[in-house]
Amino acid sequence: MDYTLFVIQLLNGLQLGILLFLVASGLTLVFGILDFVNLAHGSVYMLGAFICASLTFALGNFVYALLISLPIVAVIGYGFERLIARPLYERDHLDHVLGTFGAILVMDTLAHMIWGPAGIAIPLPAALDGQTQLAPDIVVPTFRLAIISAGLIAAAGLYWLVNHTRTGMLIRAGASNRTMVTALGIDIQALFSFVFAIGAALAGLAGMLIAPITEASLGMGNNIIITAFVVIIVGGIGSMKGAFLAALLIGMIDTLGRAFLDDIFKIFMSSSVAENSAPAISSMSIYLIMALILFFRPQGLFPPKLR
Amino acid sequence: MKKLITTLLGTSLLATSALAADVKIGFVTTLTTPAAVIGKDMQNAVNLAMEHLGGKAGAHNLEVIFGDDGFAPDTGKQVTDRLVKQDKVDFVAGYIWSHVLLASRKSALDAGKILISSNAGPSQMAGKLCHENFFSASWQNDQTPMAMGEVLNKAGVKSLYIMAPNYAAGKDMVAGVERTFKGQIVGKDLTKWGADAQLDFSAELAKAKASGADGIFVFYPGAAAGAFTKQYHQAGLKDNLPLYSVFTVDGISLPKLQAANFSGVVGSKVTQEWDPSLDNAANIKFVSDFKAKYGTYPSFYAAQSYDTIRMIAAAVEKVDGDMSDMDGIRAALKSADFDSVRGSYSYGSNNFPVQNFYLREVVVDGDGNWTTQVVDKVLTNHVDPHAADCKMK
Repeated sequence: MDYTLFVIQLLNGLQLGILLFLVASGLTLVFGILDFVNLAHGSVYMLGAFICASLTFALGNFVYALLISLPIVAVIGYGFERLIARPLYERDHLDHVLGTFGAILVMDTLAHMIWGPAGIAIPLPAALDGQTQLAPDIVVPTFRLAIISAGLIAAAGLYWLVNHTRTGMLIRAGASNRTMVTALGIDIQALFSFVFAIGAALAGLAGMLIAPITEASLGMGNNIIITAFVVIIVGGIGSMKGAFLAALLIGMIDTLGRAFLDDIFKIFMSSSVAENSAPAISSMSIYLIMALILFFRPQGLFPPKLR
Repeated sequence: MKKLITTLLGTSLLATSALAADVKIGFVTTLTTPAAVIGKDMQNAVNLAMEHLGGKAGAHNLEVIFGDDGFAPDTGKQVTDRLVKQDKVDFVAGYIWSHVLLASRKSALDAGKILISSNAGPSQMAGKLCHENFFSASWQNDQTPMAMGEVLNKAGVKSLYIMAPNYAAGKDMVAGVERTFKGQIVGKDLTKWGADAQLDFSAELAKAKASGADGIFVFYPGAAAGAFTKQYHQAGLKDNLPLYSVFTVDGISLPKLQAANFSGVVGSKVTQEWDPSLDNAANIKFVSDFKAKYGTYPSFYAAQSYDTIRMIAAAVEKVDGDMSDMDGIRAALKSADFDSVRGSYSYGSNNFPVQNFYLREVVVDGDGNWTTQVVDKVLTNHVDPHAADCKMK
């Protein structure tokens, strides 16, 4: 196995991991702080992709469209919290699941009505559409590097917000002990709305970043939301650091599994058996990891310190 | 006056009830999930065929009831059951996906209905599972990639990388190209498929590039087609890893690729049994009326769906609407005696078409729209490789 291919696959795994983190971070924030199960988080990811696609065609430039879409998606997240999530906080998790599952159906149908079933391919500006040479043998699509950088910037911003600002302190305090934060006179409702909006913006950003690669399509959020739940379960529900490391881990396992599993299997089984079993095993790999984690360390790899 | 209207209404009601829906056709396709874009195209073609027929087969009314398979075999089977048991249809037709058709076939055939595939052509149903009541209005999965294999041999491609989705048709497509391609296959990836299909092919494309193959063969129908084509171009593979595809660059994906201006796809070559440029009266009428009504070129899915309705209508007319005359209906279907948009063809022993396969190229038409046109005939009156496994004579 040559090392350049391995490096390229590591980059691909990193890119997938970063996207997963953007979705999972919002999920883990909302679950950790609000104790709210939000299945509809993936729908925001889809809406982000579609809104960005429409704006790209309206403005003629993907980058501007992305910058304008971000606040729009944050507002959608804010509205979702006020109208749908807030009345459900006091009820149990099953009601959260039912309510937000209904929201998924509504948003998918809305997207179907507005944008049609076909999905939208997003053109990239010439500067992002080519390839970049990182080393003599390592050539990767420029846009994939852009995804990695944009994701890392968002992750760094989130880290700064949560760990080095007063708002972040309140968020962490809210995650540890909600009652105490309220008792200290903090407007917890406003904080919750803010967290929801941030989570929505991050998920929307992930959707906007993936759309030029796959395209904006109906139900795209429903696929990633399952993987995002795997990420927060592996990382430890409510933990930011856990979500980040688990997202990278899952991204790497999924990509490297798809890339190298059949070659590895060929060492000890016939090539036709390897060709048939490798895709099956690699699509299961992340769930196998989750099952192992749940068995040996049900609280996740990096659980938050206090609950 | 009022009395007159009532009488007129009464008689017209009598007249319609005497003729109402003599023959019902259940048409199963995908109307939700991103793959609904294919189902919509098929639905449009079925409606156009009904319009061209005036809703009638000879003196008998036709009615089409659509069913949504949701891109999933279990849902497809349920909707087939419903069409057969509840709506009591006479024909069950449609089916984009091989795995959905394989799951649904028993529901239709055990109930003694005629089953017609408008697209899917799984190898099992051409061979061991062939049935006197099952007909294909499309092709057997292996055939189109077999034609592509011949094209690759002619183009002097010595080594090939293969990518396809991991389901029944994906495996048939891979087997098909392997049947005729004479060079070496240096790598193969089967990717996750279904409503949660894998659409990011970064790992696979990096492997394909590193393999140093002369070309890459892919099969990515529906929404995955746009995703694959874009990533192929973003990875800059056009010059060192030429793309040879089946069912990927088509009437469904081209308008979207054009909207996003992925001009790299113009000039790429695909194989197919039908093309909008085929020069026969039925096809010219179909393509121009379809474009006038829906504003886009029909895809091959649409062409096959149109043929499905036309061949059912021809068979119903031949037995004069007598749905108990199953032998007559089967014989009429088997004769392929209707004006197919692909030109005339015949049926083999396993009820799959024996037909030509063409090489087509993506071109820009007179109005600036991207479409395909025939450049060569690759296979003539081709019999699928599984026909020998079928016990029917």
